[in-house]
Amino acid sequence: MTDRLEGWEKVTGAARYAYEYPLENVAYLAAVQATVARGEILAVDAEAALGMPGVLAVLSGGNAPRLAPVDDGELAVLQSRRVAYRGQFVAAVIAETPETAAEAARHVRVEYAPEAADVLLRADHEGLYAPEKVNGGFPADTESGDPDAAFAASAVRVDATYTTPAEHNNPMEPHTTVALWEDDGTLVLYDSNQGPSAVQSTLAEVFGLEPAQVRVISEHVGGGFGSKGTPRPNVVLAAMAARVTGRPVKFAVPRRQMWATTGYRTPTIQRVRLGAGLDGRLDAVIHEVVAQTSAVREFAEQAAVPARMMYRAANRRTRHRIVRLDVPSPSWMRAPGETPGMFALESAMDELAVLTGVDPVELRVRNDAPEDPESGLPFSSRNLVACLREGAARFGWDARDPRPGVRREGRTLLGTGVAAATYPASTRPGEAVARAEPDGTFTVRVAAADIGTGARTALAVIAADALKTDLGKVRMEIGDSRLPRAVVAGGSAGTSSWGTAVVRACEALLVRLNGEIPPEGVEARASTADEVRSRQKYARHAFGAHFAEVAVDLDTGEVRVPRMLGVFAAGRIINPKAARSQFVGGMTMGIGMALLEESIMDEAFGDHVNRDLAQYHVPTCADIRKIDAVWVPEADPHLNPMGAKGIGEIGIVGAAAAIANAVHHATGARFRDLPITPARVLAEL
Amino acid sequence: MPRIRVEVDGSSYEDDVEPRLLLVHYLRDRLGKVGTPVGCDTTNCGACTVLMDGLSVKSCSVLAVQADGREVTTVEGLRAGHPMQRAFHEEHALQCGYCTPGMIMASIDLLRENADPSEDEIRDGLEGNLCRCTGYQNIVRAVRRAATEMRRPASEEVTS
Ligand code: FES
Ligand code: FES
Repeated sequence: MTDRLEGWEKVTGAARYAYEYPLENVAYLAAVQATVARGEILAVDAEAALGMPGVLAVLSGGNAPRLAPVDDGELAVLQSRRVAYRGQFVAAVIAETPETAAEAARHVRVEYAPEAADVLLRADHEGLYAPEKVNGGFPADTESGDPDAAFAASAVRVDATYTTPAEHNNPMEPHTTVALWEDDGTLVLYDSNQGPSAVQSTLAEVFGLEPAQVRVISEHVGGGFGSKGTPRPNVVLAAMAARVTGRPVKFAVPRRQMWATTGYRTPTIQRVRLGAGLDGRLDAVIHEVVAQTSAVREFAEQAAVPARMMYRAANRRTRHRIVRLDVPSPSWMRAPGETPGMFALESAMDELAVLTGVDPVELRVRNDAPEDPESGLPFSSRNLVACLREGAARFGWDARDPRPGVRREGRTLLGTGVAAATYPASTRPGEAVARAEPDGTFTVRVAAADIGTGARTALAVIAADALKTDLGKVRMEIGDSRLPRAVVAGGSAGTSSWGTAVVRACEALLVRLNGEIPPEGVEARASTADEVRSRQKYARHAFGAHFAEVAVDLDTGEVRVPRMLGVFAAGRIINPKAARSQFVGGMTMGIGMALLEESIMDEAFGDHVNRDLAQYHVPTCADIRKIDAVWVPEADPHLNPMGAKGIGEIGIVGAAAAIANAVHHATGARFRDLPITPARVLAEL
Repeated sequence: MPRIRVEVDGSSYEDDVEPRLLLVHYLRDRLGKVGTPVGCDTTNCGACTVLMDGLSVKSCSVLAVQADGREVTTVEGLRAGHPMQRAFHEEHALQCGYCTPGMIMASIDLLRENADPSEDEIRDGLEGNLCRCTGYQNIVRAVRRAATEMRRPASEEVTS
């Protein structure tokens, strides 16, 4: 139980986020967004804006610095006349105050030649194609056995289509950059991101610089949930503006502009077919996913990937198809792939439980996979069954009456549901430096990012362990691209990757220490590239089980979640205090996904209509009741020196399915389209 | 440009401000009081919550000119080691910390109205402050803990 190292700074308002670095002579940026969903920019009239007192410059395609092309087309900011989606940045005003910039931005007149836009995802869209790879580097399609024949021959069959809407990450801190160019040509970015090393290398590429000429400082980051995992157009725009004006430029993307420019989870349409025997044992698993991407960047959400390893079945097919629409680019949102994919798979498992009459916990136990079904690799550890059993005992599952729609208290229907969770346990190469200082303390450096996960604290705990010293003797330095190179905080691989490098650096330091520490200190550096590459082959995944209770109001159709429990198997938990909060936070986002969150695409305008926190509802304090997260002991020697699996994402995986399954148990109605809104529920009651 | 006089965290300021300037930007960009963050443009998130004459306001929806002649307290102006800050720290009622200053200020105002709120009263009372990280469990615990501490007679109060 370790207190968060920077906790006191955060409760006193002393923690500095990107916007808040005190700099002299700052100018402010306000961006202009495209008002058509597709077309060509004919002209940008900046005269009125430039005439306003306090306006320093107006940037648009005509006068913006030329950038080097990079893979992510979103970063080719103001480089083309093409408009790829409504809301794309097409111009920017830089002014003495944020108010002036915002007002002047409204006076920049952009003339377009609009074209018909295609913005709605459909399962029968003629533009659907198989991407070369899906996110995470997985193949788009896999097949084993004869899934169609096996499905057709199965005694019990589920064949259902599930949909999830576009969802927006909505970290509470907007994507923010303060950019400045130093006299020697160095670009300095105070930036809100999930990995300063990645921003450094990408921005260096974009501006044709050496990585050493870009410095990225991200000491405190107000959440990201994937949306800050890759640099977004805002950071490029701020850097351009700083170059053109010769001043430090601040740009916090207004919440309403985040909808188009900082990423979101693609909507999905997922057909799942499960073929099983009367005892519920699976013989065929078929999971086919349709999702969208944009015209400027290919992002393929890997929603069918968990179906490749969750359950044993001799016949299996998984398939991803995407279509390029005239929409903002989807990107990572907490557990991309697993989150929508496990909503579908775990809902289908519940449907199978109902059809076979096998208890949903028992059904999952029966279908537990002894080894990775597709690769045949052994699991480094797999404790799904332990999570299900532990959860069932704690939640009081055994007393559950399986009949749907029979528990009524006044005007409320009650029900409970379960769903499994999984997330890959990855480790990526990186570097770290450990230093022994002459005063007996240690400094450990790695360009990690603490986006709220508690990374700083976890790494200090890991370092103190490795150095066999007190936590109080370890000073952790993170959040700066000048520190040893590190992967982004993403894919739940941060702590594992950074921690491995930290342990190796600390071990190397201990070897070097003998007796007195000289005044200049002793330093050791580690790189884990070889270690990570030469690891033994295992299927490495965390597992979990969610148990949810719901209360459905018969008159309003509102679904409440009075009680929810998550049980996880994620290796060694490094800091229980922070870990519980991570799990619970993920589950809460899962409640949001199940009941509230949906960005609605307007076909006529090609825009998400509800693009602010007034209309896009994330769970508030009043929406959330009792949520608890616990974990089962798990010793896994095949992961990393800490024996830990990442925990940032698994909390949301399966959470929405547990709630949807509970709603079925309460009402007898199956909700296959998220979110489960009062309107949808009322229609079924 | 109108001239305003505002007490912020115990100091007096006198400034010429544009009528359209929001209080939160006055605090952050003019006074350098950046401990109060901005999370939205629509008065929904509560990240910018401060106390004005002792009552909580979302400072992104108050004009600086409306604060003329008033007393503003931000998270930076709390008596060092305010029980609410200690409780948030000890109960780990935060992760990224971006919602935290506003959450603390709103919680202080909540206890002013109701010194001993139930769990449900806290949940309802803080519904105007969004946290995307924590799932609120520890926030509710922290407010309960601070409430207990703040109800103790002054003589018993732990001084730290
Ligand atoms: S910034 Fe004031 S309520 Fe969101
Ligand atoms: S701690 Fe991140 S928003 Fe509350």
